[in-house]
Amino acid sequence: MQTIWGWGGAMLRRALENLGNRTIQGIWRMGFATRFFFAVLMHSGTAFRRFGLTIREMYFTGVLSLIIILVSGLFVGMVLGLQGYETLQTYGSEEALGVLVALSLVRELGPVVAALLFASRAGSAITAEIGLMKATEQLSAMEMMAVDPIARVVAPRFWAGVISMPLLAALFSAMGVLGGYLVGVQLIGVDEGSFWAQMQSAVDFEQDILNGVIKSVVFGVAITAIALFEGYDAPPTAEGVSGATTRTVVTSSLAVLALDFVLTAFMFRGLN
Amino acid sequence: MSDNLIENRDLSFAYSDRLVLRGVNLSARRGQVIAIMGNSGCGKTTLLRLIGGAIKPTQGSLKVDGIEMGGLDEAGLYRLRRRMGMLFQFGALFTDMSVFENVAFPMREHTDLPEEMIRDLVLMKLNAVGLRGAQDLLPSELSGGMARRVALARSIALDPALILYDEPFAGLDPISLGVTGNLIRRLTDTLGLTSLLVTHDVQESLKIVDYVYFVSEGVIVAEGTADEIRASELPYVHQFVHGEADGPVPFHYPARTYADDLGLGGRNA
Repeated sequence: MQTIWGWGGAMLRRALENLGNRTIQGIWRMGFATRFFFAVLMHSGTAFRRFGLTIREMYFTGVLSLIIILVSGLFVGMVLGLQGYETLQTYGSEEALGVLVALSLVRELGPVVAALLFASRAGSAITAEIGLMKATEQLSAMEMMAVDPIARVVAPRFWAGVISMPLLAALFSAMGVLGGYLVGVQLIGVDEGSFWAQMQSAVDFEQDILNGVIKSVVFGVAITAIALFEGYDAPPTAEGVSGATTRTVVTSSLAVLALDFVLTAFMFRGLN
Repeated sequence: MSDNLIENRDLSFAYSDRLVLRGVNLSARRGQVIAIMGNSGCGKTTLLRLIGGAIKPTQGSLKVDGIEMGGLDEAGLYRLRRRMGMLFQFGALFTDMSVFENVAFPMREHTDLPEEMIRDLVLMKLNAVGLRGAQDLLPSELSGGMARRVALARSIALDPALILYDEPFAGLDPISLGVTGNLIRRLTDTLGLTSLLVTHDVQESLKIVDYVYFVSEGVIVAEGTADEIRASELPYVHQFVHGEADGPVPFHYPARTYADDLGLGGRNA
């Protein structure tokens, strides 16, 4: 009996130790991530002084993500056209299809889906690249050459991601509207004039488009910062880099969805 | 100007509470090739990281070119590093840049030289390591030995006063071994550098070094010229130089007795 109590006590103690250890590690890592983020901001001068470095990274994160963003945008818009028409025609207001497609895309689907695609396409690539640069001592080599890797490698990638994300989201929404138009107007036969006119009158620049852009900038900051931090913090092994890449996609996707809720709650509160 | 480029006095370093180096006294004269030898995990790479300024001493004095490393801020450290080169174990070339761009990298980052002059300088450095013809290749197209030579060309790009080498001979074929060893010696002599090697390749490094320090468990246990080290009767140095399997560094990792592990307790192994 006494032995069972002894085992129980030891197991409980181990579990508590484990919990405490994980908590301390988690807090330590959050602190490190915050310091890393501020270091990136503080060392951003090079990214703008030598803007060529940032443009080069925009090619890798932005331009190379175009295919997935454009094709997905088109299909999401086409699905919206089909589903929207089905629902709207029940109430005899299929002319409002343009409004439904545009508002869904500009307010929510554009920034959010583009961000999720960006996290899996560009975020994972950034983490793997930085993680491997660290594992192969390229970052240490840079430090030994008196070149700060945060300024030279990390900051240009950060700003490239932050600039690319809203542009990609805008292209996603534009392709989505085109997809909705193709299905709604060309395929199903909704009146073209009402489709565009209602969209034009209902979509407000400040309330809808600007808020959508703000969302995608925030998502761009979150995804790129997470991807860069995970890469920079990855253990310099094959498992370390693969684990970090997975964490980037999972964490940044969750961050995008959570941030979207918070931003939506603030932006569209009290709107008709 | 002191004769010694590096001077350590009573240098100690600990990772949290684990003491890795204890009371190390080491100096490197200008223009010499110095080797730090010892078995894996003895603290020699830590010593190299201390000299490179990647970590700071826990105790004692460490001077590089007359500057105390312990008290340097980041700007001071970066200023000092412009006079240092480091050759990493596997070269650490930037994989997204060609050989030419790798060697040009430090020049582009730290100087405002015109492009033509950078080109001439890079070709000069690449010629010194025999790889002028490989300037357009990517690091993925190079053999291990070639990558190490390109990295060497990159580390002498800004004509440093000191080059640190982390295991420069690891994983090289016999020809590349000879080439790398000769290059280290030749560059040290012709450019008036000081070279500090961390290595466990005894035979190759004894051919080229001026002075050797042996480190074991964080302490310098022996030092001397290459000939003195070859003739040393100290058991640890003898085992190391002659590659003996057993000696002061035991073959067996510390363990319970063999009999205990086999469940034959009570009987002698």
